[in-house]
Amino acid sequence: MAALAHKSLRARGGKLVEPKEQFAALGRAGFDDGTWPHFQQKLAAHGLPPLRPRGVEIFQVNVGYVCNQVCAHCHVDAGPDRREQMSAEMMDRVVEAIGPSGASTLDITGGAPEMHPDFRGFVGRVRARYPDLEIIVRSNLTILLAHAKYADLPEFFAEQRVRVVSSLPFFRADRTDRQRGEGVFEKSLEALRRLTAVGYGRGEGLVLDLVHNPAGAFLPMHMDAMEQQYRETLDNEGIAFNQLLAITNMPIARYLEYLEASGNLEDYLDTLVEGFNPAAVAGVMCTNTLSVGWDGQLFDCDFNQMLNLPVAASAQNLADITDWSAFNDRYVAVANHCYGCTAGAGSSCQGATA
Amino acid sequence: MKTYYDPKDLKRFGKIADWDGPLAEKFFAWYGDVFEEGALTAREKALIALGVAHAIQCPYCIDAYTQDLVGRGESKEAMMEAVHVAGAIRGGASLVHGVQMMGKADQMSM
Repeated sequence: MAALAHKSLRARGGKLVEPKEQFAALGRAGFDDGTWPHFQQKLAAHGLPPLRPRGVEIFQVNVGYVCNQVCAHCHVDAGPDRREQMSAEMMDRVVEAIGPSGASTLDITGGAPEMHPDFRGFVGRVRARYPDLEIIVRSNLTILLAHAKYADLPEFFAEQRVRVVSSLPFFRADRTDRQRGEGVFEKSLEALRRLTAVGYGRGEGLVLDLVHNPAGAFLPMHMDAMEQQYRETLDNEGIAFNQLLAITNMPIARYLEYLEASGNLEDYLDTLVEGFNPAAVAGVMCTNTLSVGWDGQLFDCDFNQMLNLPVAASAQNLADITDWSAFNDRYVAVANHCYGCTAGAGSSCQGATA
Repeated sequence: MKTYYDPKDLKRFGKIADWDGPLAEKFFAWYGDVFEEGALTAREKALIALGVAHAIQCPYCIDAYTQDLVGRGESKEAMMEAVHVAGAIRGGASLVHGVQMMGKADQMSM
């Protein structure tokens, strides 16, 4: 077990900060020598066509990479030292684009999106413009306790009818804190109590979903039993929630660094490749989600954003889209990290796909 | 191969069917049924399997059921208790033969 870093890979000057180094690490582990087929070949071997988007159902916006935490598995390589953030102009552009895109959900992510200086203004403008839109905020929970200025976020979320999706990787402190930092579990419970107090998770229309992701080199499994254990633990703490979503850790950025450093990379990739589930492919998020970076760059998913693998379309920035149907008529940009979304029960920002 | 055991063999377990499909099929079907939820929960069965794996010192089984239990969110305490149960039974099985030893020694001695 390695000690948790307190800075992003970028701030530490880690070589894996470069996408080409990340692709090379995956290649060396067994794709270059043919041990495993490339993702596209795997699809073809199962008679599956290359992936194409069905349209934009979920408009996922990454408003910036700054975060109050430095989690060991973070594919964004987020942290307090990151400075990238969406401009006011780009936020306005997002508000304008949601309608024409046809999306029924805006999914706001980061970093800790609440740390964007105009986070509340942005959410408020979206809600005013699109009263029926589902607005998701991916909250790390501890941000609610990080500073007095964030303390009333639960009330703000409730007023804006935000669906809160929060990481709580495990129902006990040990594994949660090893992944997210010392004391994070207890702080997360306190934040969850505050969300429960304003009505979240009780079936009254305010939705709070939790995200389980493995604290180690293995896939999410036995999710029914896992959810039961979460419910028992959190119920005793006076916390209510709607669903437990499972997300597979993606072998990129800091999780890739962990896999390499712990000697688990080859085994983990073997698990992903051997666990390829053709039934999980139809629901992968690149078929219904558009990922918009802090600078407006467009990607088929948040993982591709972090790997700087742009959409295969003539418009590669939100500012350049003039015709959404033409933009949606494209193939998804795939590479071998895509096995992370098709292993076992499948994985997406909305949980399992199979 | 430089050792008798190769961790990759665990994932290739199904290949035993290459040399005798019908028997392998029966084994894997039975194995699957054994670990279904029943009077014992799947979790309890996995803890028993972990203990037995240590008793018979099967590295494949130790890998398999450690992965299974970690994935289930099992606590370190429960897993180690299962290993101690296996150790205690193994230790006890040796020690209880001490009674045989004592009896034999007494019987053959004046």
